Amino acid sequence: MNASRSIIFSLVAVGILVCLPLIGVAAGMTSFFGVIIPYLAVALFFIGVVARVVRWARSPVPFRIPTTCGQQKSLPWIQSDNLENPSDTKGVVLRMILEVLLFRSLFRNARMEFYEGPKIRYASAKWLWLGAIVFHYSFLVVLLRHLRFFSTPINPLVHLLEGVDGFLEVGVPRLYLSGLLLLAGVAFLFLRRVTIPQLKYISLPSDYFPLFLIFTIASTGVLMRYIYKVDVVSVKELTMGLATFHPVTPEGIGSLFYIHLFLVSVLFAYFPFSKLVHMAGVFLSPTRNLANTNRMVRHINPWNYPVKVHTYEEYEDEFREKMIEAGLPVEKKE
Amino acid sequence: MAKVPKADELAKVNHRPPQTPWTETPVEFRPGTFCYGAKPKNLEVVGLPNPRDWNPTDEDWKLPDDWKDITIKGMKDRLDKFRTFKLFMDICVRCGACADKCHFFIGSGDPKNMPVLRAELIRSIYRKYFTGSGKILSKYAGARALTEQVIKEWFYYFYQCSECRRCSVFCPYGIDTAEVTIMARELLNELGCTIDWTAGPVANCYMTGNHLGIQPHAFKDMIEFFVDEIEEVTGVRVEPTFNRKGAEVLFITPSGDVFADPGTYTLMGYMMLFHEIGLDYTWSTYASEGGNFGFFTSHEVMKRLNAKMYAEAKRLGVKWILGGECGHMWRVVNQYMDTMNGPADFLEVPKSPITGTVFENAKSTKMVHIAEFTADLIRHGKLKLDPSRNDNKIVTFHDSCNPARGMGLFEEPRYVLKHVCNHFHEMPEGTIREKTFCCGAGSGLNTDEYMEMRMRGGLPRANAVRYVHEKHGVNMLTTICAIDRAVFPALMDYWVPGVDVTGLHELVANALVMKGEKKRTTDLRYEPLPGMEDEEDDDV
Amino acid sequence: MYDSGKIIPGIILFVGLFTFPFWSNMGKAAPAPKPELPKTAKVCVMDTAFMKTEHMVLLNHWRDKVVREANRVWLGPDGKEYKMSIQNGCMQCHTSKAKFCDQCHNYAGVSPYCWQCHLEPKENL
Repeated sequence: MNASRSIIFSLVAVGILVCLPLIGVAAGMTSFFGVIIPYLAVALFFIGVVARVVRWARSPVPFRIPTTCGQQKSLPWIQSDNLENPSDTKGVVLRMILEVLLFRSLFRNARMEFYEGPKIRYASAKWLWLGAIVFHYSFLVVLLRHLRFFSTPINPLVHLLEGVDGFLEVGVPRLYLSGLLLLAGVAFLFLRRVTIPQLKYISLPSDYFPLFLIFTIASTGVLMRYIYKVDVVSVKELTMGLATFHPVTPEGIGSLFYIHLFLVSVLFAYFPFSKLVHMAGVFLSPTRNLANTNRMVRHINPWNYPVKVHTYEEYEDEFREKMIEAGLPVEKKE
Repeated sequence: MAKVPKADELAKVNHRPPQTPWTETPVEFRPGTFCYGAKPKNLEVVGLPNPRDWNPTDEDWKLPDDWKDITIKGMKDRLDKFRTFKLFMDICVRCGACADKCHFFIGSGDPKNMPVLRAELIRSIYRKYFTGSGKILSKYAGARALTEQVIKEWFYYFYQCSECRRCSVFCPYGIDTAEVTIMARELLNELGCTIDWTAGPVANCYMTGNHLGIQPHAFKDMIEFFVDEIEEVTGVRVEPTFNRKGAEVLFITPSGDVFADPGTYTLMGYMMLFHEIGLDYTWSTYASEGGNFGFFTSHEVMKRLNAKMYAEAKRLGVKWILGGECGHMWRVVNQYMDTMNGPADFLEVPKSPITGTVFENAKSTKMVHIAEFTADLIRHGKLKLDPSRNDNKIVTFHDSCNPARGMGLFEEPRYVLKHVCNHFHEMPEGTIREKTFCCGAGSGLNTDEYMEMRMRGGLPRANAVRYVHEKHGVNMLTTICAIDRAVFPALMDYWVPGVDVTGLHELVANALVMKGEKKRTTDLRYEPLPGMEDEEDDDV
Repeated sequence: MYDSGKIIPGIILFVGLFTFPFWSNMGKAAPAPKPELPKTAKVCVMDTAFMKTEHMVLLNHWRDKVVREANRVWLGPDGKEYKMSIQNGCMQCHTSKAKFCDQCHNYAGVSPYCWQCHLEPKENL
């Protein structure tokens, strides 16, 4: 499928998803969109993610195959690189922390530049790393800020986060940077997907769809906060109802909220069945989460099975005469 | 055999993908860019499936009748056996960080050589048969049906991946295309769609102990030829032994070094070093291959070939194993051997009999890399070295993919290199160490019918060599891999004429001042040592 | 190697962390706020729906008018003139901060900066 068809397909999909709650709420289906769908989505999310991880875990890691990106631990006088080529658990943990929290491998990114001659250069290319950091961390902050809808009293840490997020102190209600950065991050990830020819070539509908979905979620959130405001207290009554398993659907919450909630539900439900499971998968990646201790500690392959080999005896049987003639030692003289 | 286009023509690489989506771009078997299909006799020797006469350019590949079931079942088996495979099918986000990291993509511009797309070739099939969304949404979920065309595409592109793992360094989730390629090649192997350049060496190695099919007496003859050569150059007669029980160390190195220049000089280097330090070692004609083309066939064949190392060490009753300069041999030894064919509890923890150093890092596998061994010797001052003998060589060092990204052997060879030559220059950062580029012909692709693709795949490496060649006058490319030594001469001639290729221990041997040696006037290649140009004639 | 010793705790940690909104509210009923409505007046300066969502914008606008333009009178959409003031405007009807403002603000976790300048009314609660 070509890029424009993938994009249109994903756009249409998100468009339909926007329309569903719009129509549904107008038809009075507030409980369906305000209670049933969110519960279903959250259940799917947890069951789906756990099932996915269990599915991965049921396949063993038969060989210890870390990608070594630094000096191995060998002779005592050679400085080994425990972060890039861990030789113990501490090293592995640190390597994983760098990978998961700081996107270490992405930070290595360089762009190949091909000139006539040919001459090839590798230029620094940290934009993808920066975009990814901005996107993921602003999404995290946005998510954590939403905890204010799910507890009373609200955890002081949430307020602290809000304070940092809104440190510019502009606008009423106060502007949160994370919302804008999230939109910017998504826009960046989308734009590079359609402007870099190679990337455009490899992109699937399932690459565009989550971007459009998240963009729409963030936009509806921003709209609700700053422009078409909804009654926050009623919204919180609804969300608290969900959190305490006493669901209610108060009157008078705008349909914009239901669109937002429905799309978030879709995102949660879609998560375990899509590429978004990389969030869980990165922890299980055998090229990163294993120590390069192969020659020190034997790794066990649970399905290791005997194989047919050509034994020395068979070998000698075939070549005995020639071996004797050449003065090579043999086991059996005849 | 296809004629390779001229360098300036090959250098025009278009990296823009075509208009047609990749799923609708059929594979084209252009001579020079694919390897010949496996000959039936080579598959029969090892009992591999579907031996038949065929060629990739044939319309009919003579697949088994139930090829589709075999493939799907083969995928299921491997998904259940390898977490890597399952995980790497699921978590790619197609961020594209890997796209321009592959030497084959850089050199060919073919979008299916982007690691992400290479993996999508099989991921799309995985989605179709193993995921709900793929079954329902089909192409909208990035899924496609398995057809014979797909098998052909797999064959073409999974034999255009050298399993070098460079992409996995840059992947934010550590997705290793080598792992995907290994799986795909296993699946192809089940249909008999493997290449002869791996099938032949596998069959040879299985029966005779080495890829080249050198029989025991011939193996001994060849080594002894180099004994004479060494005596000619140094006046010292080294005395290698074969299949000797009770030796302290079993030495195993790729058979390529016994067979072809410039690897042979490295082989001479080993023997001179071992003689000089008085190492109690033996060669084996049974385990006469370090390399393992089984690794490029399937995990099972890898294990079947590798089994000889421990079996022979046990039979001979040696204490530990010393391994020569080889790339994928060391990936197998470091990451697979102990798991597959261990535990090696009949061996002892390797201890250098010269320095007393205990190689704790090899305490389970009991096999030491010769660069580790020699670095330790130099560190303890056990070698008398005259690096000026290599003064006519301006040297750079190529990190071979497997010791780099499957082991992390970076400093040991550099330490040795800096002690045996005076002129050493690194290639640019981004092309060395963990970011090193493949020679363009790793993983069993070093065959002549594949020359165009080799030149394309080797371009990034050659480009970096040319940089130091022009900047520092580098004229010698050092490497610790036998495939490198076999393929680099052609690559250098093509892209960077004037750069020669050597192994690390050839340089060690040149610099090594041996007890009782005559006045050395030439290096191992009979080329005059620096300052000895006039005396050359006396010698010959 | 299956690493179940690491994966199972990992799953538990994941579920534990991500279900925080559910278990942190366990046993706690969360009554909706009931702001005390004025007994004296039936209508505010704008309709209730508007006041619910936009009062902060209106107050911010008032603040700007008063502080920057020294203008204290605001003409409502109903044609009436209102005094732009918290103490002498809003709080004439909504007499208790604690019983009115704080009800919703606390519930929604909002801490407006009105009271950084204005003196909080001393209420005997």
